[in-house]
Amino acid sequence: MEGFVALYIFMLAAVVGYELISKVPVILHTPLMSGSNFIHGIVLVGAMVVMGHAEGAAETIIGFIAVLLAAGNAVGGYVVTERMLEMFKPSDKLKESKNKGGH
Amino acid sequence: MDLIIQIIYFIGAFLFILGLKMMGSPITARKGIVWAGVGMLLATLITYFHSEITHNYIWMTLAIAIGGVIAYISGKKVAMTDMPQMIALYNGMGGGAAAAIAAVVLLKMEFTNGIVQTLAVLGAIIGTVAFSGSLIAFAKLQGLMKGVIRFPMQQWVNALVFVITLTLGLAIILSGNDYAIATLVAFFVLALAFGVMMTVPIGGADMPVVISLYNALTGLAVGFEGYVLGNPAMMIAGVVVGSAGTLLTQLMAKAMNRPISNVLFSNFGDGGDGEAQAVSGSMKEIDSTDVAVMMAFAEKVVIIPGYGMAVAQAQHKVWEMTKQLQERGVTVKFAIHPVAGRMPGHMNVLLAEAGVPYDIIYDLDEINEEFPTTDVVLVIGANDVVNPAARTDPGSPIYGMPILNADYAKNVIVVKRGKGTGFSGIENHLFFADNTRMLYGDGQDVANDLVTSLKEL
Repeated sequence: MEGFVALYIFMLAAVVGYELISKVPVILHTPLMSGSNFIHGIVLVGAMVVMGHAEGAAETIIGFIAVLLAAGNAVGGYVVTERMLEMFKPSDKLKESKNKGGH
Repeated sequence: MDLIIQIIYFIGAFLFILGLKMMGSPITARKGIVWAGVGMLLATLITYFHSEITHNYIWMTLAIAIGGVIAYISGKKVAMTDMPQMIALYNGMGGGAAAAIAAVVLLKMEFTNGIVQTLAVLGAIIGTVAFSGSLIAFAKLQGLMKGVIRFPMQQWVNALVFVITLTLGLAIILSGNDYAIATLVAFFVLALAFGVMMTVPIGGADMPVVISLYNALTGLAVGFEGYVLGNPAMMIAGVVVGSAGTLLTQLMAKAMNRPISNVLFSNFGDGGDGEAQAVSGSMKEIDSTDVAVMMAFAEKVVIIPGYGMAVAQAQHKVWEMTKQLQERGVTVKFAIHPVAGRMPGHMNVLLAEAGVPYDIIYDLDEINEEFPTTDVVLVIGANDVVNPAARTDPGSPIYGMPILNADYAKNVIVVKRGKGTGFSGIENHLFFADNTRMLYGDGQDVANDLVTSLKEL
């Protein structure tokens, strides 16, 4: 790939990442860290390509490890992020009790 | 076919950004991770048709199955309190994968372009450090590794190892395709060692910042290796995570009022610039029945949870207690310090697990001015984040850190296991204040007692 095009991609991606996080409430920081941890699981794609044209035992074994680790990153990252986000819900009960309590 | 693959990668990259964007709001967060997941699934499946993949299909699938199943089971089984270390572990795996990709590419010695080779080497260093560093972070939080390891001149030894690693990397880049395998091996071994050495002196209280930093580093390594492989989806996803993670790391470090360099290169709990002020007064005990009465007849109660609540698994009981108080017309709010627990937002996740709605949970900035009008503050397993020494004592190691001003409240109840100084080893002036009462016991038992006492009132 043309060197400068890559530089533009890197720059724009960096700006996007920065902007996405800068407006996020603190309560979502852990799920977001976990979510971004899942997203770099895309390394799986690269690991598969590398293993797919590995030659000789050393390359194949390292490639195998790469795919295994990357799959762990992607799947594990997804599972824990989803579990965390599943729990976020607003309170309807609270509003009811406030109305009853009558401040 | 190549065109279709490129289109799918493009869609994948778009879905990642969309997903991350949606994860930024509590309402859409759940859908966000699902969309990102769809992107990942599409990108993974289409890669089977990638023209550069010519063989090893079965082994590849086996590796995905093994890695995926192990991660799936461990991710489903892990308790919410242990989330931080699981994120560290999965992150380490990603860093390891990026490093392994770099290793295969470097073993092939087929570089035609200096930029590609430079990024391969940089990605290798960053990925390897994130790998071994994350594993140490995991071991520490999991309790497999106790305490911190420190020795004289440690930072200099670490710096030396880092410089040698960089030098070997530079030698590999400069030699084109004419470097020895031994050099390559030494390069990786030293990078691994550096990740370990960098992490072992860092105390558990700083682990959130460190995990976040390694998360950003893995992203960067993935982005760089994406360039090496000519894969834009990896480049974009990796660098987005790299910059988002860097910002997140900064936000966390800022919340502790400590520059990142301070987290990494100085040791927490070593003492500040001067002698810490001596504490006057004494700790005064109270029993749970009295606390129950106090809270039941209060107008406003603020609960400050910390890691101690997580350890005691007390969040469910605390929520039960909260509901009882609400029924009596007491306003109950939760105040969360940005670095309470072991990760930013760790407490929010635990409270969410117990069913606490997120609109009664408040950040430091939102709640701090309310303390003077609060009748009772209940501190459960939090310590440094409510220590007024951060405001008043320039000699304290945490001086300058923004804290929850619990001491301004009319009454403060501190639930604590024992009389020790806790995780960071810093004496807490709040415990000795005139308006503070200590309620000793395990967080869950105490919350249980409070629930019982409230019912009997």
